[in-house]
Amino acid sequence: MKNFEMALPNSVDEAVGLLPKTLSDDRARLLAGGQDLLTEMKEYLVEPDLVVNLKSIPDLDGVVWASDGSLEIGALTTLASLEKDASIAAAFPALVQAAASIASPQIRSAATVGGNLNQRPRCWYYRSEDYPCLKKGGTECFSYYGKNRYNAILGGGPSYIVHPSDLAPALVALGAEVQLISPRGERVLTLEEFFVLPSEGDVLRETRLAADEVLTRIRVPAPAAGQRSIYLKFKERDAYDFALAAVALVLQTDGDKLASCRLVLGAVAPVPWRCTRTERKLAGRPLGEELVALAAQDALADAEPLSENGYKVPLTQGLIAEAFEALTI
Amino acid sequence: MRVLQLQVNGDTLETAAPVHWTLLEVLRYRLGLVGSKQGCDKGDCGACTVLLDGKPVLSCLTLAANAVGHEVTTIEGLAPKPETTSEPALDPIQRAFDDCGALQCGFCQPGMMLSARALLNTNAHPTRKEIQQALSGNLCRCTGYTQIVQAVETAVARVSGKTEPDCAWVAELARDRAQIDSAPNEASPSSTTPGPGAPS
Repeated sequence: MKNFEMALPNSVDEAVGLLPKTLSDDRARLLAGGQDLLTEMKEYLVEPDLVVNLKSIPDLDGVVWASDGSLEIGALTTLASLEKDASIAAAFPALVQAAASIASPQIRSAATVGGNLNQRPRCWYYRSEDYPCLKKGGTECFSYYGKNRYNAILGGGPSYIVHPSDLAPALVALGAEVQLISPRGERVLTLEEFFVLPSEGDVLRETRLAADEVLTRIRVPAPAAGQRSIYLKFKERDAYDFALAAVALVLQTDGDKLASCRLVLGAVAPVPWRCTRTERKLAGRPLGEELVALAAQDALADAEPLSENGYKVPLTQGLIAEAFEALTI
Repeated sequence: MRVLQLQVNGDTLETAAPVHWTLLEVLRYRLGLVGSKQGCDKGDCGACTVLLDGKPVLSCLTLAANAVGHEVTTIEGLAPKPETTSEPALDPIQRAFDDCGALQCGFCQPGMMLSARALLNTNAHPTRKEIQQALSGNLCRCTGYTQIVQAVETAVARVSGKTEPDCAWVAELARDRAQIDSAPNEASPSSTTPGPGAPS
């Protein structure tokens, strides 16, 4: 990788002051666990002159429970520490299941929650130096006519990447918010708003994070009474792999009816894919096989598979059915 | 260049390296600790695994600057320091890997053993599934993993003083080795009973 200067800021304010003001200015990158950034730098996908090392900033690591039962996760909290936290596992099973499903023990020791949400796509055209793809400022998404078995079946165009994060679907399903800090101050977005489709924003990016902004904290609202959650991930190999499809489901029941649910799909769209219409259709219906079948059918009704990824439709439907069955039957 | 003060295997070492160098590069090309292997060098293979404050990390995806202030353990520091110079000390994991033949080319072995040590530091009695998960970030192209998992199980059993698991064959191996050791020098190893895993 190319050599660079490293800044070791003592505060978030100092860190954001070092960042460029416009997204087209590519000179600086934020470093947290480095498990994504270093792979990008080693492949010369990014070649920053300045690396702003967030590890020197105190208080961004670790979780805090608020008195209302909500959970604040510092952006530098490692995936390994989430995975091993029994109180988080009790309140938000989907979050711990998602964290434990990621990569390998070594990567989870170093990788951070903030970095996981801000990681870049794994599409092989994007990751290969040889392809000047749309995501790297080129004119074409090679996956559309090319080798696309890992690409999007929902929300694609003009780029057909899938968002690779496992935490993101789980956290969107749990209704998480993110705190973003820039020289202009602090703003809070829902994690759902934080991610942006290639057709809705800058195709070079996956999020609304500004050039001079840092994601500092994630807040997960207190679980509602009787809330249950699950994260299911299907991988090509059992260990150390990204999802082919994933499902995050959070729900509450009311007697033998489904009171409400939040259903978010992973690895099938350029963003964590929230199935809002399906959620509305399911609310209030009696639990049982009919509800499970409707959920699986409706959530994928708009899928538009590419030439090689049609398998993701029944795969995702199967995961949705499994998730509902696990939580309600 | 940047001056780095690193805590490695109980020693404080000072060196200078370019800012963009990884911990792996500093270990191998500044400190001469070449036990940590440079395999894929991009986080896929686990051959560069070291312990940072007892936790397994990929030294190829860790900037050396981020190891400052943390205790680094490499394969060179896995064995306890011998109390006398004549006594070669081994970590129980090292002894079990040796006894169980848990390697062929050996390239993955430092990373495997450090991942195993990280597991046993937090879980003294792991199940086979837990061992497999703990080693899932370490690729081996020779052994098929079976003997590696058996080696970790053997180390666990020995440390806890229990009967060694599925280790009738380890005893057999020890017998074979004793035979080889006691045989006259001209005896060919091929004349001894084949060990477990040998084609029958």
